[in-house]
Amino acid sequence: MTDLLDPRTAADPTPTPSSGRPPTTGRARLGRFLRRRPGLVVSILVIVFVLVSAVFPALFAPGDPTLAVPRQRSLPPGPGHWFGTDYLGRDVWTRVVHGTSLSLQATLIAVAVALVVGGLIGLLAGFVGGWVDEVLMRVVDVLLAIPPILLALALIAALGFGTTNVAIAVGVASVAQFARVMRAETMRIRGTVYVEAARAVGTRWWVTLGRHVLPNAAGPVLVLAVLEFGLAILAVSSLSFLGYGAPPPAPEWGSLVSEGRNYLATAWWMCAMPGLTIAATVLSVNRVSKALDGEWGRDR
Amino acid sequence: MIYLLRRLGFAALVLWASYTVSFAVLYLLADPVATLVARASDGTAITTAELDALRARYGLDQPVPVQYLERLGAALRGDLGTSFVNGQPVGRTIAEALPPTLQIATAGLVLAVVFGAGVALTATYTRSRWLAQVLMGLPSLAVSLPVFWVGLMLVQLFSFQLGWLPAVGARGPAALILPAVTLALPTGALIAQVLVKSMSTALTEPYVTTARAKGVGPLAVHLRHALGNAAIPALTVLGYVTGNLLAGTVVVETVFTRPGLGRTTVEAVADQDVPLVQGVVLFAALVFVLVNLAVDLIYPLLDPRVTQAVPA
Amino acid sequence: MSLLRVQDLQVDYRVAGGTVDAVRGVDLEVATGEVVAVVGESGSGKSTLAQAVIGLLPANGAVRAGSVALDGEELLGRSEKALRSVRGARIGLVPQDPGVSLNPVQKIGTQVAEVLRVHVLADRRSAPARAVELLERAGIPDAAVRAGQYPHELSGGLRQRALIAVAIAASPALLIADEPTSALDATVARQILDHLDTLRAETGSALLLVTHDLGVAADRADRIVVMSQGRIVEQGPTAEILERPTHPYTRELLAAAPGLAVVDALPPVPVSGTPIAEVRNLVKDFPLPRARGSWRREHLRAVDDVSFTIARGETLALVGESGSGKSTTARLLLRLADPTSGQVFLDGADITTVRGVAWRDLRRRAQLVYQNPFASLDPRFSVREVITEPLRAFGVGTREEQAARAAELVDRVALPEAMLDRRPVELSGGQRQRVAIARALALSPDLVVCDEPVSALDVSVQAQVLDLLHELQERDGLSYLFISHDLAVVRRVAHRVGVMQGGRLLELRPTRELFDDPHHEYTRTLLGAIAGQQARV
Repeated sequence: MTDLLDPRTAADPTPTPSSGRPPTTGRARLGRFLRRRPGLVVSILVIVFVLVSAVFPALFAPGDPTLAVPRQRSLPPGPGHWFGTDYLGRDVWTRVVHGTSLSLQATLIAVAVALVVGGLIGLLAGFVGGWVDEVLMRVVDVLLAIPPILLALALIAALGFGTTNVAIAVGVASVAQFARVMRAETMRIRGTVYVEAARAVGTRWWVTLGRHVLPNAAGPVLVLAVLEFGLAILAVSSLSFLGYGAPPPAPEWGSLVSEGRNYLATAWWMCAMPGLTIAATVLSVNRVSKALDGEWGRDR
Repeated sequence: MIYLLRRLGFAALVLWASYTVSFAVLYLLADPVATLVARASDGTAITTAELDALRARYGLDQPVPVQYLERLGAALRGDLGTSFVNGQPVGRTIAEALPPTLQIATAGLVLAVVFGAGVALTATYTRSRWLAQVLMGLPSLAVSLPVFWVGLMLVQLFSFQLGWLPAVGARGPAALILPAVTLALPTGALIAQVLVKSMSTALTEPYVTTARAKGVGPLAVHLRHALGNAAIPALTVLGYVTGNLLAGTVVVETVFTRPGLGRTTVEAVADQDVPLVQGVVLFAALVFVLVNLAVDLIYPLLDPRVTQAVPA
Repeated sequence: MSLLRVQDLQVDYRVAGGTVDAVRGVDLEVATGEVVAVVGESGSGKSTLAQAVIGLLPANGAVRAGSVALDGEELLGRSEKALRSVRGARIGLVPQDPGVSLNPVQKIGTQVAEVLRVHVLADRRSAPARAVELLERAGIPDAAVRAGQYPHELSGGLRQRALIAVAIAASPALLIADEPTSALDATVARQILDHLDTLRAETGSALLLVTHDLGVAADRADRIVVMSQGRIVEQGPTAEILERPTHPYTRELLAAAPGLAVVDALPPVPVSGTPIAEVRNLVKDFPLPRARGSWRREHLRAVDDVSFTIARGETLALVGESGSGKSTTARLLLRLADPTSGQVFLDGADITTVRGVAWRDLRRRAQLVYQNPFASLDPRFSVREVITEPLRAFGVGTREEQAARAAELVDRVALPEAMLDRRPVELSGGQRQRVAIARALALSPDLVVCDEPVSALDVSVQAQVLDLLHELQERDGLSYLFISHDLAVVRRVAHRVGVMQGGRLLELRPTRELFDDPHHEYTRTLLGAIAGQQARV
């Protein structure tokens, strides 16, 4: 009886949902969920904005990001240039919006690399177990011993500069994290009674993998993927700030901050505005990840 | 004793494996000679003979397995090779770059632990829901900000606007403050996040109820019962935290134009100075391994269950 | 005057989307030196009541109205600081689960001494010695050694004794015990409760005993309070409640309580033809982790030379406490684990070493119902998917035929057909276990192994599930291997009972014989530990 008599569950008098509130439709529930979380709604809007500007930058910033107007050099934020202009007289807003494309591409590649490679390693290690698990996890342990940024730097030193190489480096540096979570989830699900029950009714192992293990393990891994999206934006922009990304004058979020650095004393907005954009995007992504992680499931 | 030997063995294994991984990445993924050529030629054409001479000079003319074993053997004797760029031994370059980095890393770690633990303990102790919400929101805000940008904004505010602190350089303790704070912010946030989580878990455990039923006051419950248990998971991230702190100096030293290991790394990567980059990676792995060894030694003091079952 | 007087107490919990009333107007009195048992099923509010009395409700709980007075002093509305001088000193708490209720990183002695220090009953120098005395009084042998150990070095029974030492340290006038023994094996539970009785008699403390087990309440309490859905439905002297229950809910509980209701044991089934299942000399060793400094691997013999047969239409029960090897035996029989030595037969055929296709075919003949219906159903599956999973696994029938079979199966386990589209979270524990039974029946097996099938369920639900298992057996001639720690449950369902201890099968006899005339000393101890007997005598 120990499961039931855990004080936390025994003390919780929540009636079984079947006898509680009438079941609400999915859409009504989503509406109620969002209405109570205005911060989450803003975060989703920010993410939608970023995604749209990555594909159709001209929609929000019709100008040319490389067009320099010498007469309008270093103007502070104001009407017409609401992120200000840079030292060559280029509109910072236009450059930030057009920079979204490269930064986001790199981020997506990084997350995809980490998710696919790390996920497969973790799944293999967790489901097969034995020496396969032992070997794979030792490799993962080593990868975890090297700080991600340094690992990424080593990869860049080998692969050379450029947005794609930066993206791959950031992705590979996060593989270990994904492998660990995926393995832990796979092992947790594989050890559950319902997976053994499936085996005990004669379900073949690959069916068990597809129908029980993967769907139940996917949740936490996807939450991690969303979280990783935020971390990858930070890592990609850091490397781009250090000068390993796309060569100028192509705009990238990190390199925009770096360009503004020399004018920090006189024209703070050249640094501040692109950085603020990065911060807002990462904050929004993390907020959504938090909502996916627990709040949505708990708020039934 | 066996416990210690096991941990030492594992530490050696991690070091060897990071050597192998970094060797594979740096020597196999790309051709170091191409880098050498780019460095040596200065735009003029290079003859095959010159190329071979270059290869021979850095031991790159050998077959890969031989190179690997020779370099590994040298590394075991403490010789990490010679920089492609300045021709100095890698070990000496790192040792020379280290002191200023150690300064900000130590200051950053102290600040991070103080910030992180302070925020986490206050957030879980306070009875004001409002204050708890604000404090618990701080870490997730701090980890979302790009470090380089935070550094620049601090410079803009404290150096250019207020004129309180120097913007760049490494002279005097005043120059240490901004880099250390910048470095401590994400690290402290990470510590706070882990500690808030483990404290919240510990505070709902039945043994806390037992303590409260004894009539123990809230502060004693918090510090004597909950923290003792919550510190254990927080300690496990210390190795990771220190490693990231070290990696953070790469960005921070660039932002504040300070000399140090971080700057050296940035330049080595820009020059594709393969032996030096590998040296830095190995150094980071060594720090990680040493910190984890220290954590392993502290563990049994904090958690009596550890001495019994040896973790794999 | 009564020691504890609770009047019109109302407690609710804040949950997402509103509040839930947990205690709805409870009046209760406990006199000095009296033992009052609060009995109810999960969700009845009994634990909440106990927590409200000591002022330790979970963070989302709040007292809405009412009064709790100790010795005439109102406790509700007092400051946290004032309450602290009551807790531990005047009210002692014996918590539910000894496994997690002691601080794992503090020595036992320190944790006992802390009460004395907090209430200034001892100073820094005298506290450790007093703590050892208290541990001794709580019945811990070698108390001085134990005081220097950490909780993980003690067994569950010893930990609960340490917690009792904490509770009695300041000689409180009132002890509250919240399910003090439900996490322990029956024989240990009985010793602990006996010892608690003795201690209480010495100190004259009153005891508020919260329990789901009417048998325990009947054995120990002067008065019984029956709670259901946050209200007291009936209270009175123990004998009166047991003999003349007035409320229908109390009558239902009494009828369902395994230890109290006297049921005639089932007669043995006449043996004819090959037994459906047989095991011969089964042995299972588990390797233990290597001891420090040793390269030899020690083994734990979980199952030690066990043999038995199960006839068609028979229920064979294996009883034992945790670690007795009963569940491992069941898994060996189903070939979900491989025996170290010995043989397993199903319907006369040796299946000890079958692999691959033949192994999978076993699943059509023998099925398993798990202990915990909360864990054995995939949370993402609908009930229909759960029940048809075995059919899909063997490709039985078309999609329509499978759907029809699912409808037929839920009907057989007495669930409405509308349940088919629900997910496990939407079902109660009893409903989930019915779904698990329906899944086990999907392939029409001959043998169903039930591993503690009702131990996670409330008693009234237990009775329903046991009745269902019995009906299915009558109708389809099923055979069961029934694994349980609860002799009272076994008595209701089994034709024959085997008693296991330390991996060995001590005796295996027809149910009635075993209960009336146990041969083995250990069986007698087990029988003696069934709660509710003292009341029945």
